[in-house]
Parts: sequence; C-alpha cells; structure tokens
Amino acid sequence: MSSSAHHPPPVSPVEQRVAALEALLTERGLVPEGFIEQITRRYESEIGPMNGAKVVARAWADPEYRRRLLADGTAAIAELGFGGPEGDHMVVVENTAIVHNVIVCTLCSCYPWPVLGLPPAWYKDPPYRARMVREPRALLAEMGCPLPEEVEIRVWDSSAEVRYLVLPQRPPAAEGMTEAELAALVTRDSMIGVARL
Amino acid sequence: MLVDGIHDLGGMQGLGAVDHSPAEPAFRYRWEAVARALLAVVAGAVEASGGEFRHSIERMEPGHYLTSSYYEHWLTAAATLAVEHGLVTGSELEARAGGRFPLSGPLLAPPVVDAGPDAGTPRFGVGDRVRVREWHPPGHTRCPRYVRGKTGTVVRLDGIYSVPDIEAHGIARRHEPTYSVRFDAAELWGDGQRGVWVHVDLWDSYLEPS
Repeated sequence: MSSSAHHPPPVSPVEQRVAALEALLTERGLVPEGFIEQITRRYESEIGPMNGAKVVARAWADPEYRRRLLADGTAAIAELGFGGPEGDHMVVVENTAIVHNVIVCTLCSCYPWPVLGLPPAWYKDPPYRARMVREPRALLAEMGCPLPEEVEIRVWDSSAEVRYLVLPQRPPAAEGMTEAELAALVTRDSMIGVARL
Repeated sequence: MLVDGIHDLGGMQGLGAVDHSPAEPAFRYRWEAVARALLAVVAGAVEASGGEFRHSIERMEPGHYLTSSYYEHWLTAAATLAVEHGLVTGSELEARAGGRFPLSGPLLAPPVVDAGPDAGTPRFGVGDRVRVREWHPPGHTRCPRYVRGKTGTVVRLDGIYSVPDIEAHGIARRHEPTYSVRFDAAELWGDGQRGVWVHVDLWDSYLEPS
C-alpha cells in the first residue's frame, strides 16, 4: 500500500476552493456579470442594524406605532421600508423591567436580515447556539449582560419561518430625545437580546 | 452511522466561550462574499428549496462542520449541490483548486414520493399542551433534538408553510400550520433553573396532543 493511501492530499485553502467553484460556474455562464459585487454591496451597505435601530426608535417615540409593531411586526417594519428575505414573517418581542428576550438559531443561523443585516460570526458559531437554550442566564452574564434572578428570560429559537427582533427597553436618559437621537442609542446586541441599554 | 446531524447543537456541552464582538463587517474577506454569491447562483440554478440547501450543510462531515466557518459551510453547500445536480464534477473542482475539495456526505433519506395532503386547519390553539414526537429521522428536519419527547405550551399560531422534512428530499411538498411552543428550561434540562422559557417554532406534524 502506498503512503498516499494513509495520507490523502491536503485540503486546498478555502480561497482556492472558492476560486475554483467561481471559475467553473462562470465558464458555464451561470454567474451574471456584476452579481458578486451586487450581493456584496447589498449586504455591506443597504441592510444592517441601523435599520432595526430606526424601528426601535420609532416604537419608543410613538406608542401607536409600538402597538402595531408588537401586533404585526412584518407590517409595521414595512411601514419604514424594510422587508425581504429572512424578514417576511417578523415577530417583535418586548423587553420590560421583568422580562428579557433573546434570539438564537440552534439549527443554523436564522436571523432577521432586513433589520439587523447578516448575523455576526459568534451568532453562527457552535458555542452560542449550544448554550443560549441551555444556560441563558449564565451565558448572558458571561457576555456582559447580567440579569437579576427575578427577571424572566424568554429565549426564542428561530426554528421555522418566523424571524425575531427584540424591542429593548428605552433607557431612562432618553427622555426628550428626537427619533434620530434615540436610534443612535440602539445597539445590534440590544436587538438580539445579549445586551440591555 | 450518524443520524442526528452535527448542526443540531442546542444544549451540547463543552464548546467553550462565545467569541463575542460588538460589531464586525458583513464580510471579513472577499472570498466570503464570493461564497455567499455562489450559493445563491447554485441554489437558483438547481431550484433548491430552503430545506435542500440547509440539508446540504447538515450533511457535512462533523469534524469539518465544527472546525470551519459559516461561509466555508456555504461554499461546501454550493459545491455539493452543484455536483449533485450535475453542474460541475468533484474532480473538476479538485483539479482547479489544486487539492482536496471536501463535499458534504450522501443523502441518507430516500426521496419523498407521496407527501400526503396539506393540513390547512391547526390542530392546536394558544394555551394547548403539546408533546413533541420522539423520533430521529435520517433526513432533514427543523425539529431540534433537545425538545423531542418534551411537553410544552402553544403560545402563538404562525402561518401555514412547506414542511422542511419533505421539501429537502425531492419535489413533493406538504404544507402545515406552524406554532411557537414554550418549554420550561428546567424541564428541558432537569437542572432546576428558574424563570427561563425556551420557545421553539414547530410544524404541526412534529407535535401530538399532551
């Protein structure tokens, strides 16, 4: 038996594998001109947590909008012009003084793209997915979000078609701010539920 | 043979700390954006359903899955679907890449021929107690292992959607109501933790009355 039977050729670096697939698909005429740049641009600049921050700020500023947002997240988010893939069935869950919500996808990486953009690497990596459903109180504390024992934790595993957005509590210091000022207070992590404001 | 996929991570122990960062670019490297775009190209060309796409990642060799990044998963899925649908061959990929090009493992479940009738009317309402079926399908499912056999309460009725277990394995489709079901974390894990509820969104046929 040759040594190669024990030592298969090394896995080629990921960049080379991507380039190989890109070249073969392009030769077959399957990659439209400019398609890769178009995808990159969309996810780098058109969607992201700045969209979700506008939704949250509007809900803080306008009680009637907040009511609509909690009753039908998809429709209320569409009022601000946001929607599309991974945002077609939105449910917004509201944090209060005694309830804390947090979102996860244990099976893959489901995340509300139109309002939060693409998920961060840690959201898609195994530790977060494994632990957030098993020991959320400990994990939140470890991530810098300790919660008093009396605060109820609601974890939402995005296992079907619904995508979730957390409506954080408005910080006390936000009194009297404009909607744009309010939006600037809202972080991506507060809308995932791994931080409070 | 591995039946429940490596992707089904809820509750798994020993995976370490979350490598949290407060902000990061959408793509850290250009190849990530290219991999993402190529998956869209292949999924469109072969008309892959969401279930077929997800299952092409879930079939990755477990060691490869756990040690590679999200966009390497997408690359592997795109290449696997491209090979399985005859757009390219594995040897072409390896020749171009100049080395081994790992693909996902074979399908273990046969194609679904008869999906059965759509279920239009929800069997359960908000407040109903339901038990998740205890079963271990060889193919794709969106029923996480950590709730199988467990009892919870329906808290929300959602829309009627294509059952992923069926759409991942052929062209047959069945549509069913979906529900958000609330589980007491102390019952899921038997560890006495208090004030923690875990909600999982489940298709009708995953559930039975409790």
